[in-house]
Amino acid sequence: MDFPLFHLDLLGNRWLIAIIAITHVLINHGLAVGMMPLIAAMEWYGHRSQDARWDRLAYRILFVCFLITTTIGALTGVGIWFSVSLVNPYSIASLIRVFFWAWFAEWLVFITEVCLILAYTLTWKNWSTRGGKWKVRHIRLGFALALFSWITMAIIVAILGFMMDPGNWLTDHSFWIGVMNPLYLPQLAFRTPLAAAMAGIIAMFLVLFYTQRGDAFRYDALRAVSLWTLAFAPLVIIAGWWYYTSVPGAMKENLGVSLGTLEFADWQERFLQIAAATVITILLVVQFAIFRPKLLPRIALVIPFLSILWMTGHFERVREFIRKPYIIGRYMYANGIRVDDYALLQRDGVLKYATYSNPLSEAELAGIPDGLSEPERSAHLRAIQQGKDVFMITCSRCHSGHGSNSISGHLQRMFGDQPWTPDLTASYIENMHYAQPYMPPFPGSKAELRLLGRYLEHLQNNKAPIPGAQSVGVVVNRNLSTRTATHDH
Amino acid sequence: MNELPIPREIPLPQPAPEPVLVGVLIVFFLMHIVFVNLMVGGALLTLWYQLRGLKEKRYDDLAYAIASTITVNKSIAVVLGVGPLLAINTLYTVYFYSANALTGIFWISVIPLVTLAFLLTYLHKYLWRQMEPFKELHIGIAVVVCILFLFIPLIFLTNINLMLFPEHWDRVKGFFSALALPNVLPRYAHFILACPAMTGLLMVWLFRRKERRNSTVAGFKRDDLVRMGYRWAFWPTSVQFLVGPVVLMTLPRTQEVSHAAMAVFGIATVVALAMAHLMFTEIRRAGEAIGRSFGAICMMMLTVVALMGTGRHLYREAAVAPHRELVRAKTEQYMQAVDEARQQSARDQQSGGEAK
Repeated sequence: MDFPLFHLDLLGNRWLIAIIAITHVLINHGLAVGMMPLIAAMEWYGHRSQDARWDRLAYRILFVCFLITTTIGALTGVGIWFSVSLVNPYSIASLIRVFFWAWFAEWLVFITEVCLILAYTLTWKNWSTRGGKWKVRHIRLGFALALFSWITMAIIVAILGFMMDPGNWLTDHSFWIGVMNPLYLPQLAFRTPLAAAMAGIIAMFLVLFYTQRGDAFRYDALRAVSLWTLAFAPLVIIAGWWYYTSVPGAMKENLGVSLGTLEFADWQERFLQIAAATVITILLVVQFAIFRPKLLPRIALVIPFLSILWMTGHFERVREFIRKPYIIGRYMYANGIRVDDYALLQRDGVLKYATYSNPLSEAELAGIPDGLSEPERSAHLRAIQQGKDVFMITCSRCHSGHGSNSISGHLQRMFGDQPWTPDLTASYIENMHYAQPYMPPFPGSKAELRLLGRYLEHLQNNKAPIPGAQSVGVVVNRNLSTRTATHDH
Repeated sequence: MNELPIPREIPLPQPAPEPVLVGVLIVFFLMHIVFVNLMVGGALLTLWYQLRGLKEKRYDDLAYAIASTITVNKSIAVVLGVGPLLAINTLYTVYFYSANALTGIFWISVIPLVTLAFLLTYLHKYLWRQMEPFKELHIGIAVVVCILFLFIPLIFLTNINLMLFPEHWDRVKGFFSALALPNVLPRYAHFILACPAMTGLLMVWLFRRKERRNSTVAGFKRDDLVRMGYRWAFWPTSVQFLVGPVVLMTLPRTQEVSHAAMAVFGIATVVALAMAHLMFTEIRRAGEAIGRSFGAICMMMLTVVALMGTGRHLYREAAVAPHRELVRAKTEQYMQAVDEARQQSARDQQSGGEAK
């Protein structure tokens, strides 16, 4: 919490991470982890049956994957780092301290993966022309690439597992605690066939794109890829069920046992329904591709593909959900404040220890009541400035002012158009974590709760987006115990 | 008036002894930057030769040969950047993240900008033949790639510069005001000049081996190509002898002058002079003899790069060290307050429980 605060008020900070991360997951699962073994298998089959058409098709599909994974895929991977360190530097900095070597090892595997995909793609034509031993070597390269793609995923899932782990690491700060997390294996078991099935659907689409209608090979290829997809689809549902049944145990540790599980049960229920619907859609389309390949329109493949996207998105959201109200199980809350800091901050207030203040923009000053005398006006401004700082420190990592997941939206839903007086909002926020177990308790002092209330009251009359440090900069608090508002500077 | 912020550190120990992390940072960062040089320089030289190719076809083929190297170089450049990013995150947590946040929009735009540049690079390379009839459009793509590749390093440099000067943080309002801090532009010029120089050496490496098939471009003799490579390496390197001192002079004063850093920069300059001399000798060598000193030149270049990297680290440490002490003290004080408050809270709860 002691950094200049980057903030996106319209998009919302979490959406920045979500857009980048979900794009990365889709490309990683669909075009790398799942697709590389399929391509290597195709190349192998073409070599075994001495049919060059398989080889050509495999190369074309690989080329598409190569173009996308080495650009959007690689950069969104780095983008996750960039966005997380902008939005929640406290949590990522803490995670890196614990997981440096896991990430370092993952990085070495990633370097290997990149070198392998470069080698696999760029030597394809040359080594194929040389034939014989070279071709066999090339096919092995393909399977090695598939293996390394899977290993990078397996390591990252361990770190994700750690973030959900309910507190074991408090006694043992190690990577292996992440791996031994009860959700690790179910999660990995779910992602693996998901990636393969996703790749199958994308490959079917590319087969239709790269072959001609009426060409017998088109139907052979469709059937083969369909069988691949058919083999993995049931595993998605089995592993999904395993994951689904493992979650409540892990959840209990984070949340109060009887609290708020209703909303979560809804989520879980929906996940299972979506997973079942997705698998059924895949099975239907695949049956069609096997038995009536000539009648399969391209558009039919879009449905299982979208369905998989929906399921993956939902899966990731459930995973995020399990963690709450923490960002690192029982060590740090989603607001980036350590559990251990609460006693101090609730006693003395968060402002006392804040290095920076977040200046109000001109637009944010609109809506101040008329008819105040000069001293009243500056006292009012000071309260709003301090209230904004409380908001920025304690709420802004997840909530915006008026944009996505906005605090004003939540208040509007709860209190409507009645005035959001500090009494009303402060007393709600003080006890909110009992009613909403996904919310962290308010970390500041009683006085700050009132300041926050004053600021929320101001937000009812001022719809200006809240700027982040990236546009208005920061003000350094001169004396941390007696704070001065920005306007005094 | 500037106010010096003294934020708190993350209260968790470093994951490895500091020298190990510093080693990771310096070694892998230099590897990363060499490939970035090759990528940016490759794009610039491709455009240059493609423009010359409008009049003489053989230059267009040369442009294609250089463009083909970017595919591999750019992927390696990105992947090698991740390790140093990890290391800088742990070693300079407070500094790096603060600078990132203050220039946030530009910092995060690195991701879409690099992605776009890479996609355009592929488009430019893989549709080279198909785009023959639309030469202006094809060259237009190369221009956009060059602009992107020239702009992105400026974002990195601005950040890496801003992080060293906490005393300026309260004045910075977004990327452009951070860009205006002294030293950013000279360092940028220093970096940009290194790009054609490194790519020149890559050209020498590509075309030097006469016995290998396809190691030459139609219409050029081997020694012409090697000489061209050396020229690209030599002239920008010569300009560095002017830009380098400007970089050094515009470096903000550290509280304690780092004599070690200055000594390292001094040795690097001497080695660079010897290297430039050798490059010049090579340019003047005739026919078969050219390329003989390539190995020596590469070793000297690596030495210069390693020394520059080391000097830069020593300077960075000297710039940050006093502030880091203040941060350390502040963190310690804060953690004591946390402990004391937790004990008090535990006592309060206990006495509350007893009272009940």
